[in-house]
Amino acid sequence: MDIRLDAISHSYDDFEVMRDISLDISSGQIVCIVGPSGCGKSTLLRFIGGLERPSRGRVLQLSEPPEGCLNPLTYIFQDFALLPWRSVSGNISLVLDDHGIRGKAAQGIIDDVLARTKLTDFAKALPKQLSGGMKQRVAIARALAVNPAVMLMDEPLSALDSQTRELLMDDLVELWSRQPFTAVYVTHNLAEAVRLGHRVVVLSRRPGQIREVVEIDKPLAEREFGDADLDRAQKHLWQLMRDEARAADAELINV
Amino acid sequence: MSDMSRGKTVAFRGGGFAPKPQRWIGVFVFVTLILLAEWGTRSGWITALTLPKPSDVFDTFRELYESGLLFKHLGPSLSRLVVGAAIGASVGISVGVLIGLFSYIRSGLVPLVAAIFPIPKIALLPLFVIWFGIGEGSKYALIAFGTFTPTVVATYGAVDNVDRTLIRMGQSFGLSWWSIVRKIVLPGAMPGILSGLRISLAIAIILLVAAEMLGAQYGIGAYILEAGSLYDLERLFAGVVILSLLGVFVSFIIGMIERRLLGWRS
Ligand SMILES: Nc1ncnc2c1ncn2[C@@H]1O[C@H](COP(=O)(O)OP(=O)(O)O)[C@@H](O)[C@H]1O
Ligand SMILES: [Mg+2]
Repeated sequence: MDIRLDAISHSYDDFEVMRDISLDISSGQIVCIVGPSGCGKSTLLRFIGGLERPSRGRVLQLSEPPEGCLNPLTYIFQDFALLPWRSVSGNISLVLDDHGIRGKAAQGIIDDVLARTKLTDFAKALPKQLSGGMKQRVAIARALAVNPAVMLMDEPLSALDSQTRELLMDDLVELWSRQPFTAVYVTHNLAEAVRLGHRVVVLSRRPGQIREVVEIDKPLAEREFGDADLDRAQKHLWQLMRDEARAADAELINV
Repeated sequence: MSDMSRGKTVAFRGGGFAPKPQRWIGVFVFVTLILLAEWGTRSGWITALTLPKPSDVFDTFRELYESGLLFKHLGPSLSRLVVGAAIGASVGISVGVLIGLFSYIRSGLVPLVAAIFPIPKIALLPLFVIWFGIGEGSKYALIAFGTFTPTVVATYGAVDNVDRTLIRMGQSFGLSWWSIVRKIVLPGAMPGILSGLRISLAIAIILLVAAEMLGAQYGIGAYILEAGSLYDLERLFAGVVILSLLGVFVSFIIGMIERRLLGWRS
């Protein structure tokens, strides 16, 4: 399912957050959005998923979602957003229940997504018993369960330590290689962006505007930790961002 | 190893600020106080008019039990407590959830609740007698009304405190409004609702005595009030002890429900 952002601008009252953002997101691609904090990345993601409305511009769905897709636009949140009172499988059945999938059918899907995220042994565990990395894998399993056309990920690895982050990036690459999914991946971590993004969109400081879109051609499966061409791309991104980030940082102090 | 012996152990300054339950200390405090009172009344430095002898209170209690009067009093009181508190708490939780969810209901009812919260419900007993009759109706109403307000306040506070990101998550997965309320808002508000119930139910026990001021032949409250008007301190204290035990029992039940329903909290 292709998505088009058509000239999106937004202000909260007099507070301009983003200006004239147009972007095409095509099927099977991971689009990373990077930018200094406060430039409107999360807000943009909320527009794409229909949780909020932009003041101007539109988000267009260019084609019908594929057959069997329960929730075309599905989020993965930075803080996992698991219900602490439900077990791992309970958190997944939560999102299936409302689509009328219960009992055996639900169990089949739950077993499948838990296997894909290597969580089969933890089906009965409560979130409080899991580490941060496992919690995010549960959230990924929950997203996979509704068979999304586009995954909207808001800094999904930012709450994790760097080792766990590396492991989860490998997991995401593996998931994508087995069955390419479409994703908009918001991050402030450039290493994540060059590792996972087919395209990296660099936003300026607030009001967020697109500064540059960097294409990274190397196939995901061949990218590795410390790759020379990835490093080059990352350096290029950092040069684009450095002044913006510095200015954004100074701005926050002035507020 | 001279290096080591020259060193000084860093002074410990952590610890504390983390009370842990100590099993028998509570019982010990009770027993000590009772023994102190017994010793004081026996030796005479506490006069019989100040405090009854704990052993006499215990005897009164035993008589009450053996004559079967205890259950004659306890039965009606418990049913008043259960019916009144059940009505008050369930209406209170429902209204609290509505206040927590809807802007208009919130704006309309929060000032009203604030207005009726500080009214001493005891003062309204004559009114309830006129409205609901001298029988059980007025007693249920008084207890229900007294339980209602604190439950409402605790419930909408608890609903306000439910993690909004969880609600956004529910919306982002296309859950229906009713599913979000049932599966996210209510369980998320449960800790606050239960701790509110602790307070409301204690208030219900307090109001039990008030409710039995008018038109009650039997009941713990009626028993206490009668003993009080006769300055029969032994019976007064026996009644008070029953109310205290009732409070401990209710708190124990809520503790059990909390352990069952809130095991997910870290
Ligand atoms: N609901 C809101 N009301 C008012 N201001 C908001 C709201 N949400 C976000 N903002 C502001 O909009 C700006 C962009 O926020 P956000 O999209 O969260 O930035 P990012 O995710 O890029 O760090 C921030 O300055 C933030 O304070
Ligand atoms: Mg953000």
